[in-house]
Amino acid sequence: MSVFIVIVSRLAKAALTLLAIAILNFLLLHAAPGDPALVLAGEAGAADEQMIAQLRERFGLDQPFYVQLGKYVGSILQFDLGYSFRQGAPVSQLIMDRLPATLLLTLTAFVISLVFGIALGVGAAARVGRASDSLLTTLALLFYATPLYWLALMAVLVFSVWLGWLPGFGYETVGANLTGLARALDIGRHLVLPALTLGLFFMAVYMRMTRASMLEVSQLDFVKTARAKGLSDAVIRRRHILRNAILPVVTLAGLQAGQLVGGAVLTETVFAWPGIGRLMFESLAARDYNTILGVFLVSAAMVILFNIVTDIVYRIVDPRIGARA
Amino acid sequence: MWKRFSSNMGAMVGVVLLLAVIVVALTAPLLFPNGPWQMVQRPFLAPMAVDGLPLGTDTLGRNVAAQLAYGARVSLLVGLVSTLVALLIGVPLGALAGFYGSWVDEGAMRFTEFFQTIPNFALAIVLVAIFEPSLASITIAIAIVSWPPVARLVRAEVMSVRKREFVDAARLAGLTRPRILLTQVLPNTVSPIIVMASLMVATAILLESSLSFLGLGDPNAMSWGYMIGAARTVIRTSWWLSFFPGIAIVITVLALNLIGEGLNDAFNPHLSRRRARAGKEKA
Repeated sequence: MSVFIVIVSRLAKAALTLLAIAILNFLLLHAAPGDPALVLAGEAGAADEQMIAQLRERFGLDQPFYVQLGKYVGSILQFDLGYSFRQGAPVSQLIMDRLPATLLLTLTAFVISLVFGIALGVGAAARVGRASDSLLTTLALLFYATPLYWLALMAVLVFSVWLGWLPGFGYETVGANLTGLARALDIGRHLVLPALTLGLFFMAVYMRMTRASMLEVSQLDFVKTARAKGLSDAVIRRRHILRNAILPVVTLAGLQAGQLVGGAVLTETVFAWPGIGRLMFESLAARDYNTILGVFLVSAAMVILFNIVTDIVYRIVDPRIGARA
Repeated sequence: MWKRFSSNMGAMVGVVLLLAVIVVALTAPLLFPNGPWQMVQRPFLAPMAVDGLPLGTDTLGRNVAAQLAYGARVSLLVGLVSTLVALLIGVPLGALAGFYGSWVDEGAMRFTEFFQTIPNFALAIVLVAIFEPSLASITIAIAIVSWPPVARLVRAEVMSVRKREFVDAARLAGLTRPRILLTQVLPNTVSPIIVMASLMVATAILLESSLSFLGLGDPNAMSWGYMIGAARTVIRTSWWLSFFPGIAIVITVLALNLIGEGLNDAFNPHLSRRRARAGKEKA
């Protein structure tokens, strides 16, 4: 199958998934205890009678169930995610304003965790059974058991409060009015702690996977052949083992993207990072369901996008898959 | 089996740590008969500052040690029950899909795939927020986001077991298909399910604590995540309020992961440690 057909079929599947999530959102709104119009309006008192009457009409809450569903899904298709009475702005606009910060954070964390996770996994596998391998494996096990938000708080405590090395709060220095490179550097400094803490957990995951995968592939016959040919250990490891061992890691990394987006809610909350995760946290206290469900839909879309990209990268890296599919 | 498990040092460390947490959880009402909510001293007391309050007091002057002990109950309870509920959803679905194949399999797997695509923490947040935070809604939300890997694992195991000779023998002996599934096939898939379940309890505890951290905990139950969330804004002045509950979570989750790995190694001495872990990380 050509890459093009794969992309088209993937996109069709993605559209169906998003449609299903939109329907799920609708069902959830109706499953919430209380009047759906009030639920849509957010916390009681945030909306007046007139607004609620408007909402009733707009979503046809007095009409049959399937009409309501059609209206709801129809408006989502036009990227109308409703209005946040709490924030006084359309949800889609709130999300678009905040999305770049989240993309910056999650992509940085993803790259950091993948690069360092694979590098450490390769290193651990090469020293299997030795002290440095045990140390790395133990550390990975520890990070694997550490709550993301707690690690983030401890990082703020140590590196921001005690040592004063890095800012532990916000996206850029407030009121500094920096431009160009200076601003990029400032944002970069603010990005270090959130991206590292979000990435550490996944780094541990990828390290363990790479290590296991390297060890498994190194048992295979073609590695023995390479060794019999007299190739050096370093060459065998890099050109023969790593190339085969890395593929399952990339697939699973794509599947993990969902957790990365979920983890952003926690990281952004701790670091006051102005992304969609922080937006979701702010909406929770206000029970601003429109915004919560909007962020949910967009984060699901992000995950699907991550998966499609990994899938395509995977097919380019490993041509055998195209032949099989 | 037990011999292999008990000779694994990591697993034994896990068992000891978990037993310690269980003992604390069970004896919490004896150790701290006044419960975790009562104010006992001035707020913001540092650890060891006053006799009888080894971990200090929180922002309202409540005993941090008592809060930790009661938090253990919530973590273990939610972790255990939500895993059981996830098994109740995932095992039947996976078993039916793997055993009957064709459209049953197709439908069940599409359904599972859909739930795997949804970012699971975000879905848990949405579910708890909409159905109001309570131990029940938290437990069910965690179960709903945790069952898909179980279904996939059970499906794969059932598919491999049902091709074995003793299944053919059972069919020749005239057993009905549901009976074969229940009495011949499923019992042979138990060990990987146990391994996965022990790792799932660990993940569920992390999920519960994350939800409580965001303010989505049961307002009537003291939990570790809630303690960290409440202390988040005073981290600069009172580090111990968020430090100790975090250590409690790390110890409990680490213990469960060590036990899960130990069980996996004990069940599959030849397969090394790869299978259950790969299954879990697909989650």
